[in-house]
Amino acid sequence: MSSDLFDKFQSVLDQHARLPKDAKDPFAVRMDEVHSQTEATINGKRTILVGTNNYMGMTFDEDALKAARDALDSFGTGTTGSRVLNGTYSIHKQLEATLADFYNTKYAMVFSTGYQANLGILSTLVGKDDYIIIDADSHASIYDGCALGTATLMRFKHNDAADLDKRLGRIPEGAGKLVVIETVYSMLGDKAPLAEIIKVTKKHGAYLAVDEAHSMGIYGKTGRGVVQEMGLEDSVDFIIGTFSKSVGTVGGFCVSNHPKFEILRLVCRPYMFTASLPPSVVASANSAINSLRHAHNLRGAIWESASHLHGALKDAGFNMGTSTAESPIIAICLKDMEMTVRFWSGLLERGVYVNMAVPPATPSGLNLLRCSVCAAHKPEQIETVIRTFLETAEGLGIKPSETHPVAEA
Amino acid sequence: MPSDSSLLSNTQLSKRIMALIGPFNKKGVALVPETSFAMDLDFDSLTVMDLVANIEDEFDMVLPLNMLPDLETIKDVTSAVENILGSK
Repeated sequence: MSSDLFDKFQSVLDQHARLPKDAKDPFAVRMDEVHSQTEATINGKRTILVGTNNYMGMTFDEDALKAARDALDSFGTGTTGSRVLNGTYSIHKQLEATLADFYNTKYAMVFSTGYQANLGILSTLVGKDDYIIIDADSHASIYDGCALGTATLMRFKHNDAADLDKRLGRIPEGAGKLVVIETVYSMLGDKAPLAEIIKVTKKHGAYLAVDEAHSMGIYGKTGRGVVQEMGLEDSVDFIIGTFSKSVGTVGGFCVSNHPKFEILRLVCRPYMFTASLPPSVVASANSAINSLRHAHNLRGAIWESASHLHGALKDAGFNMGTSTAESPIIAICLKDMEMTVRFWSGLLERGVYVNMAVPPATPSGLNLLRCSVCAAHKPEQIETVIRTFLETAEGLGIKPSETHPVAEA
Repeated sequence: MPSDSSLLSNTQLSKRIMALIGPFNKKGVALVPETSFAMDLDFDSLTVMDLVANIEDEFDMVLPLNMLPDLETIKDVTSAVENILGSK
């Protein structure tokens, strides 16, 4: 009898078994009905959604819905093929043209998910004699892209340009180097020191790839992201992004001005060996990206809600992931996993859904309640969320100030 | 040109690496070359990567994260550091 292949998951099974029995299972949430960008029925209860990454509320945008319906009727439910075989339709090329125009770049390449965009670009751009150096708090798709590739992998201290400088300095002269950062980090919602990172990257002659997954649509005059907001577009070599956040559907992309960029279509396995996006998804993405350009009112609304939610929870005494609202991601750090599960469950029972995030998916072993604000949130909904946080603390018999993580000795 | 650190003996290397593990060794496990990061010290992958960063700084070297799957014990790390410093 061979050993049980599942033995290696015992520590995860044990951790799952230790979740409080009287709380809801944070990994088994089921949305029975989705009423809008901001409300769903969960376990029979009408619930405000504050953990969707649906920043710009594009999932129910009228133009995007219509474009998706039309494409469904014209092109069918799926492409049943790879982008390099039978899976490129006119609308896929149109979407790539829209992206290139949106970012003002020469080239754009669309992947079937954001995860695959990072997997594809990072595993392909750098090869076995090259070096890839990533921020320590990078998303799993960035780590996995590095694991799929053959380049030497290094990581630098989160958001620390001086640490990046030191580590780049240890790479042998003449080697190819790619630095990878995110402009907004998904767990705490903190922003990268982009100008400092660019300075160091240039100093060492490295390429820079920037993941704008959590910033597209939200920052910059036409919604391109943090790179545009900071006026640093000429200093970034590759921008990687996703359609599953501000664009309101699914898919990923990379844009660049590198003159040889197009060759990636013939060498990038996560691009070639998977089916292309279905027509309805492509059409809604195309519509939503065009809308993001002019979505000044939505950008105004999301920042107003994010600042208000952050300020109110901070004033109430909660321990916030960032000292101000740097993004629409508002994270609250709690004492330990058990309290985090109970608090999360208490919020859900009272009709508020947020993301629960615990180690090892979080930086520095933090236990987080992660809110993400949507431009479609009404001020009353944000007020309800704030009130529910306070009621949940009271229900657990604690003050917000008593939820703080205990600093390690 | 060989750096100073390439002249270190395996024992000296092992000692310096154990000193770097110290701050992460929350359970106060007695460290021997065979001590396993995952099994004995309960380190998760993030902790091991933080340790690798400190080792890189201590010896002014690149310890590729690609090697992590093969670095299960203190002895494994010591050999890896020795090899990299030796080939510098």
